[in-house]
Amino acid sequence: MVWRVDLRATGSMLGTVVTYFSLTMLVPLVVAIVYGEDVWVFAVSIVIAAGIGLALDRLDPDPDLGPKEALLLVSLAWLAAAVIGAIPYLLAGYGTESTVGLSLASPDAFLESIVNALFESTSGVTTTGATVLGEISTDRHSHAIMMWRQLTQWLGGMGIIVLMIAILPEIAVNGAQLMRSEAPGPELQKLTPKIAETARALWLIYFGFTVLCAASLYGLHLAGYAPEMNLYNAIAHGFSTLPTGGFSPQAQSIAYFSAAVQWVIIPFMVIAGVNFALFWHVLRGEAEAMAQNREFRTYAGAIAVLIAVLFAILYRGATMDPAIGGATQGMTERSLRQAAFQIGSLMNSTGYANANFAQWDANAQAILLFAMFVGGSAGSTGGGIKVIRWLVVMKAIRRELHTTAHPNRVQPVRLGGRVVDEDAIRGIVVFTLLYIVLFAVAGVFIMLDPNHGFPQELTVLEGFSASLATLGNIGPGFGQLGPFGSYLHFSKASKLLMVFLMWIGRLEIVPVLALFVAGLEGD
Amino acid sequence: MVLVRVVIVGAGEVGRSIASNLEGTHDVVVIDTDAAVIDDLTYSMDVLPLHGDGTDVEVLREAGIEEADMLLACTDVDETNIVACGAAKTVADVFTVARVKRRGLLDTWEHAEGAFGVDFMVCTDLLTAEAIFRISGLPRALDVDQFADGLVRMAEFELGPESPIGGKTVAEADQFDSMTFAAVFRDEDLIVPRGDTRLEPGDRVVVIGSEDSIREFADEITAGQTQDADDVVILGGSELGFQIAKVFEDRGYRPRLIEVDHDRARELAERLPNTTVMESDVTDTEFLVREHVDKSDVVVAALGTDEQNLLASLLAERIGTPRTLAVVETVDYADLFEAVGIDAAINPREEVAEEIVRFTRAGQTEKVSILEHDRGEVLEIEIGEESVLANRTIVEAAAELPDCVVIGAISREGELVVPRGATTIVPGDHVVVFADSSVVDEVSDQI
Repeated sequence: MVWRVDLRATGSMLGTVVTYFSLTMLVPLVVAIVYGEDVWVFAVSIVIAAGIGLALDRLDPDPDLGPKEALLLVSLAWLAAAVIGAIPYLLAGYGTESTVGLSLASPDAFLESIVNALFESTSGVTTTGATVLGEISTDRHSHAIMMWRQLTQWLGGMGIIVLMIAILPEIAVNGAQLMRSEAPGPELQKLTPKIAETARALWLIYFGFTVLCAASLYGLHLAGYAPEMNLYNAIAHGFSTLPTGGFSPQAQSIAYFSAAVQWVIIPFMVIAGVNFALFWHVLRGEAEAMAQNREFRTYAGAIAVLIAVLFAILYRGATMDPAIGGATQGMTERSLRQAAFQIGSLMNSTGYANANFAQWDANAQAILLFAMFVGGSAGSTGGGIKVIRWLVVMKAIRRELHTTAHPNRVQPVRLGGRVVDEDAIRGIVVFTLLYIVLFAVAGVFIMLDPNHGFPQELTVLEGFSASLATLGNIGPGFGQLGPFGSYLHFSKASKLLMVFLMWIGRLEIVPVLALFVAGLEGD
Repeated sequence: MVLVRVVIVGAGEVGRSIASNLEGTHDVVVIDTDAAVIDDLTYSMDVLPLHGDGTDVEVLREAGIEEADMLLACTDVDETNIVACGAAKTVADVFTVARVKRRGLLDTWEHAEGAFGVDFMVCTDLLTAEAIFRISGLPRALDVDQFADGLVRMAEFELGPESPIGGKTVAEADQFDSMTFAAVFRDEDLIVPRGDTRLEPGDRVVVIGSEDSIREFADEITAGQTQDADDVVILGGSELGFQIAKVFEDRGYRPRLIEVDHDRARELAERLPNTTVMESDVTDTEFLVREHVDKSDVVVAALGTDEQNLLASLLAERIGTPRTLAVVETVDYADLFEAVGIDAAINPREEVAEEIVRFTRAGQTEKVSILEHDRGEVLEIEIGEESVLANRTIVEAAAELPDCVVIGAISREGELVVPRGATTIVPGDHVVVFADSSVVDEVSDQI
């Protein structure tokens, strides 16, 4: 099996990415200093990560990437970010009860702790938001480590590679190929002639919305509407709202905060699922580009319809467990708030909760499941199949039906007035099918794994929701995997499978699978 | 830093070649009607590709023509290019460059500059004809170009098997005061010559220096074979063939032109008073020998297609013509032509791309010459205060420049200064530099 790919060049570029990624740990280091917590965890983590990065960097002094190397680099960069991101969890939790801390008690406990830390870290960088932490609180874990958890989501949101393209000229050379593999959605949209400028524009918009979100939340706190939303929480939630992450340093997620906070977060979650390129057009004074965008209109329409339906269901009474969020029967504001929040959160794959939707009735859960399958927009930070793909798939299906009735009819598929290329349609249909096949196969594997430690038997819905929630980078599933549940009780094998699902889900499957296929077939 | 924005209409060989030359230093937008080409460009170049018709004002607007400094219309269709320039002028104050094939359009434009909304017009046929004239002048030269108002010349020579400098080192071969060895191309490799680099037969050497020294060098390497190319035979009376004949005529030569079509031959004979037009099939060996084409100095193949040119020039080579040149439309074939024994293959698209790049970069880089089908470039640059070369000796500055850069000549106040290690370069000098294509952008930034 000969696989012709320049591993040295790829490894060297990977080293550059890892080196710069290690520098982001300075943020939690500062948090540790501010809160007077253990600074050694992050200091040591930076040294380890930067050491690995610099060592890899030396493999090739003048790396030159082709298309295959670009594919490999993007795939490995995300895996490397997850691995590097796990180091602080292991170090910080060493010698404590933490489920993600390094344990040397027995070989089995050692493996378990590594898999757990990797799961948590992957869930972070891929903006999934599924957790294996036994107990979520800043008392149990340090403020610094909880902030690291939020920060990994923020970095993963707009994309690690896009960030590197924006700031590192040596990566920008092959920027377009790299961005194609990383950016969510069927194709790359160049906004400016220089790909580095495009990457910078996207990150600036992303950064701007993050600041706006954190400032709004902190503003509510200062105005007295949100006593719990201190500066730490405001920044932490800014970091995980815009990337559609879903981690929260609070065990009760957003239900912990006041209704005002929940209302403020809703528009930011919706924004996070919109193609950021559209905001670029709006900032340049071309607002009609957004208003006329077919995907945006469909996305907004789908959200409105789903909220309305869910509102009706909740208003009629669907809450079995009112302990978190409260009962909704006959409560207009609360029903609307929970409906809007959960649709906004689950459709674009954030995973925040302001009520325990795992305990809602079957009608309400079916709506949420449907929303999870839709996904955000192309070019957003959201996961899932994405609105634009569904639009193309629907239109392709309609065309098939038309041409069956009128075999001689020549009918191109149009989207917003533009004809969609036949190759693009094929790619989108294949992606959508592949997504569903992977979801089903992984769901079966999870169900067949006998080594679960859950208090109750895993139901089929729960097992398949785990598959969907990790592949779609959503986070919470249903039942015992609900927003306040934990993935901790899965076996190591299941967790590793989910790490894989999160990884390929973030990269939209094709780059990673293309590598595997190329590897297996000897190119 | 705000980069100069350039809109290129047409992503054919010319458009792509220009785009790849400018992508590092300019904001480049490329418009083409072929969606597949646009898709490919998205990933292969750092430019903004746009699918659409470059003559459509809406498409031009989308390309940001209002903020653009330059529009380069270089599709294969003359009319499209001119209309694109005109359309751009209606919505923006942009400098427009049009590529045309037909000399007639250039003449019309030259009568009234700014006609058609075109600010600069590049005529493919004329450029190619001039390139052929330059190259034919020096025996064995593959490429010739002038810099610093003709003070400095660059030439690329192939060393024949009997060449007296084959086997010598550069230090031994370099007997000429005002000439520098800039580069050696050996098979696929580019070698930066040092004093101890040994030259081999078959190498292509790039030299930069004064006209006289290059002519002496040419005499030396061909050991007495030199004579002026008096007797020129042009095969094929295409529009390009006509232009080549005209260029030679204009410079006092009396070329011969062979055209198979009776009416066309007659028309050419009327339009070319100083050219001997002959009506014959160029593949008729008997005719060629009878007319002593084998005894002529240079044969230029300018027939309709690459295949015809290949056959005709091989035939000329076979009957013993000392020097054959061929026009090649497909860039990729140029190497092949030279590999099978044709002395130089001239690609009209490469010439026109070179001219447009040269023009676009004017100001910072004054002149560009592209060598070996874009493996190396020779640039003329005026030294500013911030240049890495300013007020330093060449040895000092070389440490900061990439390896594959050679300073070939310096022109200071109209005088040629031959660069040696201890030469100090001052602001205001024009330097002629050879650089590997991969580092050209970096080098032109540093200098």
